[in-house]
Amino acid sequence: MSARTLGHRRDPLWLAALLHRLSGVALAAFLPVHFLVLGLAIGGGGRLEGFLRWSEEPLVRLAEGGLVFLFTLHLLGGLRLLWIENFPWRGGQTGIALLAALVSAAAAFFFLLILF
Amino acid sequence: MTVRLYLWQRLTAALMAPMVLAHLAIIFYASRQGLTAAAMLARTRGSFGWALFYGVFVVAASIHASIGLNNVLCEWSPLKERGSGVLASAFGALLFLLGLRAVMAVVS
Amino acid sequence: MGSAPDELEVSLWRGGEAGRYEAYRVPLKENQTVLDLVTWIQRYLDPTLSYRFACRVGMCGSCAMTVDGRPRWTCRTLVAKILKGRRLEIGPLQNLPVIKDLAADMRPFFEKWQRAKGVFAPSQTRREAPAKIPPQSALRIAADAAIECINCGICYAACDSVRWNRDYLGPAALNRAWTLLNDARDKGNAERLRAVSGKDGCHNCHSHQSCERHCPKALNPTASIAGLKRKTLEAYLTGRIAG
Repeated sequence: MSARTLGHRRDPLWLAALLHRLSGVALAAFLPVHFLVLGLAIGGGGRLEGFLRWSEEPLVRLAEGGLVFLFTLHLLGGLRLLWIENFPWRGGQTGIALLAALVSAAAAFFFLLILF
Repeated sequence: MTVRLYLWQRLTAALMAPMVLAHLAIIFYASRQGLTAAAMLARTRGSFGWALFYGVFVVAASIHASIGLNNVLCEWSPLKERGSGVLASAFGALLFLLGLRAVMAVVS
Repeated sequence: MGSAPDELEVSLWRGGEAGRYEAYRVPLKENQTVLDLVTWIQRYLDPTLSYRFACRVGMCGSCAMTVDGRPRWTCRTLVAKILKGRRLEIGPLQNLPVIKDLAADMRPFFEKWQRAKGVFAPSQTRREAPAKIPPQSALRIAADAAIECINCGICYAACDSVRWNRDYLGPAALNRAWTLLNDARDKGNAERLRAVSGKDGCHNCHSHQSCERHCPKALNPTASIAGLKRKTLEAYLTGRIAG
């Protein structure tokens, strides 16, 4: 049907659920890489050290900031979900979801401050 | 999604929540101290505590990600239930094996 | 197609699944509802237009349509309140087959109502004295919160979990199951918990809260479904239902 048939996808809580899912997929995709990198420590830390040197490139550090954002967002989004599902209903979920996004952005910002 | 998968996904989520927080704290700490690989490995090698923490983390993350991926595939891909299940389980197994190998690499 | 200042361009879905939107010009009036627009078009422009309504006062739940991308009860939706610009697009409810024009086929919706055991299972006969349910009892309060559903299908049309899994029971049926679960007179809960915990049951809900956002009766099916998730989990852990 027409492009205007999906108005509910403009609602903040729908977007919160979408971000929760996308951050989860992104983290899942990152994990094998993460584990392979840690595997470089096998037989002395030389190769891992070399990787860590490479990871000081500005673009890689920026990407790490992005990972901290996604990680925090998925954690807080998940906690909000566990709260909804396991405790008596509490209104104002939009505000809570927004707060979760802001805290995640702040975490990533401070992480980048440390790195740069 | 069945009640069984729901239970495992929420259980691993609840278990991992404090672990993720700790992991984030460790990431911030290591970055702030500018720890080298050697300095990190000196802390983890031979430590039963780190082995247990990250071992449990890897197992929980493998289960959690596998079920999550299954949901995404069921809803967003043309794969049928069976195909999604097989693919998601395979991914979970991959995470589990690579994850345990990574834990072994840093603690032994 | 432009429209005069006191006119509105209304696009209506015409035909079945493979239909299209067609534009009509309708005079704007004060206190006009979306249902009034549709009725005006049927009376004065095209008598073959099909749509559904009955009570016109927000009780029967039969006039729900997709209005500018959102499901709404058209008899209680004032045009002035939702109009942006001079154009409005009205289609049949989403997530349901289209019969013709603005009439969606509600059968899947009501079939799921049955599948979720959304039917009262009496534990007493008419020969016994009526049950006494204290208004302050926890069960009664929980049932009250979800009981005013008018079966309009708006939550079902707004739910992406339904869109992504056509077999998912959906917010309305599960909300109804939650009401009955809290009905002290009902004896069908063992079967009901099984019905709502299958692979197409309550655990498919992602708590988008689109159902709550759009419910014209201001109900919160997401909260009802969360209640079902707790109850089914409890039943699973105590061996009363299988995984």
